[in-house]
Amino acid sequence: MSSGEKYVAAAYLVVFVAVLAWVAIMAAKVARLSNEVEELVELARSRERNAA
Amino acid sequence: MIPAVLVARLRQLPLEAHAWGTVVLLGAGIGLVFFYAPLDADQGITQKVFYIHVPIALTAYACFGWGAWKALVHLRTRAQGADLESYAAIHQGVIFGALTLVTGSIWARASWGIWWTWSSNQLVTFLILFLLSSAYFMLRYSVDPGPARANMCAVYALFGVVLIPVSWLSIRLANDFIHPTVFTRHGPQMSASMFFTFCVCWAGLLALASTMYRVELAGKRLDARLRELRELLAS
Repeated sequence: MSSGEKYVAAAYLVVFVAVLAWVAIMAAKVARLSNEVEELVELARSRERNAA
Repeated sequence: MIPAVLVARLRQLPLEAHAWGTVVLLGAGIGLVFFYAPLDADQGITQKVFYIHVPIALTAYACFGWGAWKALVHLRTRAQGADLESYAAIHQGVIFGALTLVTGSIWARASWGIWWTWSSNQLVTFLILFLLSSAYFMLRYSVDPGPARANMCAVYALFGVVLIPVSWLSIRLANDFIHPTVFTRHGPQMSASMFFTFCVCWAGLLALASTMYRVELAGKRLDARLRELRELLAS
């Protein structure tokens, strides 16, 4: 692999890694939101039980 | 007018289809770069960085421009959600701006033997635009949420966007020997196959930015709704 090819590969790899990192961050966010929804469902259920 | 129609159409497109369209466009772009576009007679293989670096830079400009447009909409009409949309667009602009600087630096090292030069007007104005946009987040997170923050951020976003034409024109106004001018008033200075490859890559990156923008916006809106729901349940 020539040095020119290495630089080209590096440029494309940087973009790929950045997109991958963004996807990972978004996945973590979705997981957090999903946990939050679970918590709120639990909270709503407990309120319903208390009201009954 | 055309971008507004295009954005309206994209909004109607389901997010899943939008994301798959992005994958197809980016895949086609990369295929064209390595199997279709001819090797540049002057730079050789290192010119292939052009197909990712320049579209990323133009996409960053588009994101900053969209952020400023939404800021203007907020200031003029106080439309609900315009502030959040402006924030998400500027966030995407900063991501693509950082990628512009990194890929540009790699290309500079491969072509000119240096990672960075302060003598290139376009590099410096782009860096200023990037830093100015990064400071937007410092402003946003140093003020309590509310109408005052939304107004301040909108004014700042409009102020920052002024640098886009300055950055774009800087290499045309000054004799920049380091940074070549590819797009002149006589059209693109490249072969038709190179220009076609460039257009597909740019379309792919614009699609990527708009998908990321929609996903981020959906996440932020969901977050806000959940906070609202939590407050309602806690009361």
